Amino acid sequence: MNCSEVQNLIHPFVDSELDLVPHVQIEEHLKTCDACSQQERQLRALRVAVGSPSHYYHAPASLRNRLQVAAPQVTRHWRRPPVQWVAIAASLLFMFAVGDIIGRLGSSLPADGLDSSVVDAHVRSLQANHLTDVASTDRHSVKPWFSGKLDFAPEVPDLSAEGFPLSGGRLDYLADRPVAALVYYSRLHPINLFIWPAVDDSVQPIQQFARQGYHIRRWQQSGMSYWAISDLNDEGLDQFVRLIQENSPAQQTSKSQTP
Amino acid sequence: MGSNRSFAVATFRKRDERLDSDERRQFEQIMLPHLDAVFNLARWLIQDEHAAEDVAQEAFVRAARYFDSFRGGDGRAWLLSIVRRASFDWLAKRKAQPLETFDEEIHNFDDSAADPQILAMRSFEQARVRQALEELPLPLREVLVLRELEGLSYQQVAAVAEIPIGTAMSRISRGRQQLQRRLASTEQSEAI
Repeated sequence: MNCSEVQNLIHPFVDSELDLVPHVQIEEHLKTCDACSQQERQLRALRVAVGSPSHYYHAPASLRNRLQVAAPQVTRHWRRPPVQWVAIAASLLFMFAVGDIIGRLGSSLPADGLDSSVVDAHVRSLQANHLTDVASTDRHSVKPWFSGKLDFAPEVPDLSAEGFPLSGGRLDYLADRPVAALVYYSRLHPINLFIWPAVDDSVQPIQQFARQGYHIRRWQQSGMSYWAISDLNDEGLDQFVRLIQENSPAQQTSKSQTP
Repeated sequence: MGSNRSFAVATFRKRDERLDSDERRQFEQIMLPHLDAVFNLARWLIQDEHAAEDVAQEAFVRAARYFDSFRGGDGRAWLLSIVRRASFDWLAKRKAQPLETFDEEIHNFDDSAADPQILAMRSFEQARVRQALEELPLPLREVLVLRELEGLSYQQVAAVAEIPIGTAMSRISRGRQQLQRRLASTEQSEAI
């Protein structure tokens, strides 16, 4: 390939969009051509500069709230459509649609309203860069860390072999009491697992729901309440929950784990 | 303009019945994680914070009504094509008014960076790159946001922007070349 052929394909080349043969041909050319390889470096630098995370607009909290709370004000900043009935129909349908999006939340909403506290705790732990008070991948240092800080001893299973390495533990506050927060990872996705003694010894099956784009599972076993929350996909989180259940004390009469 | 409006009406007419609860849960789980992507694209296309919120919300409403036409696969690309249409509808309405949109935006940008401390902390390079991207013509800005900020492939960019893949490729190249020229010229004027 000569220089002008290379320059014609330099953009798809840096985007890794070329077939193997032209890709390799350009690589060969760049090894020997200073002008073209300088252009390639500039292009890659430009890509990094444009793709900077600081240029990414994250959805503001007000928009998240709007999608979760029915507030049919979508036409607020809009010019009135020339055909009146379009506007009327649109706003009516809008209310139905938003009602639809959130309507389900009500049906599966835990009666205690804990879900929003759990989401808040999860978001806070990520935003404040305060995921863990005790950072350790070793369950044998995380578990004792909680003793003396809590009136119960949470199980800290080691799931690293299953792809969920432990990252540490943290004290958090939920349901009007201090709770244990265990932090696991699945690749880049942090998972907060909140544990505290349940009000009764009943076994409650897994409930699943989603809030603000986070997936949540809650259940109760062995007299403990468990909440798991993550931006991990459903399949991943289900696998995590199954592993936690299998590695936690089954329903047992004596709470041998409590000190 | 006419085709934009007919799209909107068709959207709202498309379904009368609501999503059932399974569909709603699916919708929420597939689509809500892409809220940032939806807002980011709307914000870059229409360059107005408040309007971008409205348009992003509008996009979710349309997506809910269109959800039965979603055949699985890449939920983000599907949703991005919807927010893109909603953004263009908004821009089309906006253009009917003789508004000095672009001057306004430049002033807004300066105001937002008025705090001297924030200004000092912010890398000058980044501010220049951002401004150059903001000033790109819409068709070029659009493909670059999809490619560089959303990380879409050429094929996905073409699908979202509703253009042939060859056009996507040439717009991405032209957009980058224009950015390079703009950045080079601001560099010169600062050096003087």
